[in-house]
Amino acid sequence: MNIVELQQAEKHYQGVEALKSIDLSLQQGEVLGLFGHNGAGKTTTIKLILGLIKPTAGQVRVFGEDPTGENAYHLRRQLGFLQENVSFYQQMTGREVLEYFAKLKGCDKKQVSVLLEEVGLAHASMRRVKTYSKGMRQRLGLAQALLGQPKLLLLDEPTVGLDPIATQDFYHGIARLKAQGSTIILCSHVLAGVEKYIDRALILGQGQLLAEGSLATLTEQTNLPITFHLQGSNLQLPAELLPNALEINGGYKLHVNQQQKMATLQQLLALPSLENIDIHMPSLEDIYTHYMNDIQHMDLSQ
Amino acid sequence: MNAILIVANKEFHDGLRNRWVMSISLIFALLATGLAYFGAAASGQAGFTNLSTTLVSLASLAVFVIPLIALMLAYDGVVGEDENGTLLLLMTYPLSRWQLLLGKMMGHWMIMAFSTIIGFGLSAIIMGLFSDNTTWGELLMPYAFFITFAILLGWIFIAIATMLSASVAEKSKAAGLALIVWFIFVFMFDLSLLGLLVGTEGNVNAELFPYLLLLNPTDVFRLIIISFFADQQLSGLMAVAQHAQFSTFSLISSMLAWFIAPVLAAIALFNKRKL
Repeated sequence: MNIVELQQAEKHYQGVEALKSIDLSLQQGEVLGLFGHNGAGKTTTIKLILGLIKPTAGQVRVFGEDPTGENAYHLRRQLGFLQENVSFYQQMTGREVLEYFAKLKGCDKKQVSVLLEEVGLAHASMRRVKTYSKGMRQRLGLAQALLGQPKLLLLDEPTVGLDPIATQDFYHGIARLKAQGSTIILCSHVLAGVEKYIDRALILGQGQLLAEGSLATLTEQTNLPITFHLQGSNLQLPAELLPNALEINGGYKLHVNQQQKMATLQQLLALPSLENIDIHMPSLEDIYTHYMNDIQHMDLSQ
Repeated sequence: MNAILIVANKEFHDGLRNRWVMSISLIFALLATGLAYFGAAASGQAGFTNLSTTLVSLASLAVFVIPLIALMLAYDGVVGEDENGTLLLLMTYPLSRWQLLLGKMMGHWMIMAFSTIIGFGLSAIIMGLFSDNTTWGELLMPYAFFITFAILLGWIFIAIATMLSASVAEKSKAAGLALIVWFIFVFMFDLSLLGLLVGTEGNVNAELFPYLLLLNPTDVFRLIIISFFADQQLSGLMAVAQHAQFSTFSLISSMLAWFIAPVLAAIALFNKRKL
């Protein structure tokens, strides 16, 4: 059974097509990255899965059931959600906030202390949320999402406001949850660092599905070149590579087709004056930019 | 624990924490005690006087204060959560919309009931201790009656405020609407009825006209209090009602209708609210 299943799901708001015919299926233990510009339809997709809104057309299934239907009540116990910019209740302490949500979710109060410890808020748990920094609020939000050990986690911009170390910790947490069998949907603008932790990416643009697949698949699909940075004094490149090379700072920047990676590499290594070589594979950011450029061109041609 | 009670309990504790309960109790206690002591000042004497005079005067004052407090207490109930971002989050929890709304209202009702009992109850105790011509037994029933309907009046305006809160997108809009509602029920309504009387030189259907009073919960509240302390000389708009001779039962029923209608409307509006 697929944990999440969207079939031709569409959502219109007063004539505006927020989401156009999205297909998606997510298996247990998968981590999906959901990317797109502002207004691309990320939040709409998340709201559909959470059952907060009904699709205008198509079908949405979570754990095989309609998230807005009769059984929504039970489904929601197995869902964890962290939204963007939640400020919680300013007058309550971190612990009180978490206890309130724990009661509503019907889970054991003991979890509260454990989760506060886990997200590193134990020392500040008796302080009012009003005094929390943005990062601390984010961590409180994360603890909230993890209440009741949800089988499906939806995290909207989870690392906003977190410092690099906390971001690392967060992603390690994601890896741990995945290992425990949780299915996770991660929504983010910040692409650097995410790729290691996601199994698949889904790129949305203006309500449309632009690309979907594992990083390897997407890299292949986009066919973005690999970039070599070559260093060496009096470096002489073979003639056939020169058209794709750019001379910078006494070295070269060379774009190579993915299929020719190994062949070119061998060729380069044979060069006597090569001192250093830096290989840059197309990153998630490059793939994302590629698709975003595509959609901009589409816009211009319309 | 039931979801409604969890939400209500949180709201009530917020009320304690924000000093709402304390402030409202204090206002009510001062108002009631002050009125009981100085109520007869116009006739040249100070001190605790006639109980029914006191309570009828208190009712006229309460119709200004109670709706205002109730509206202030509850106008941001839904809109505030929305602006916090917690409304969306709560809706992903195993909690229906109506449960959340009813829980919020119940929490505010608890704050109102608690403060009203403490505030007016305190003034009853002060009166019992310091007044020479009233005994405890005489105090108990009238005050219990008064407090019960004062609470109901507060609940009505909490439900109205929640209804407003569920139907607008911004806190400032809810506040503005709450103020307008207060102004209409407390000033405009009675004023326009009086205006109607004066304008037509009293040439209105004497049978039908008093029933217009039932369209305003604050007037119904005053009529109920007056009907209980029937020995009072009535003045102003309240005198109009004497012709109609509303039974206490019909007055209480219309007050209950005023309570139930906005509760249902609030739930209906909240169900339609976009997240």
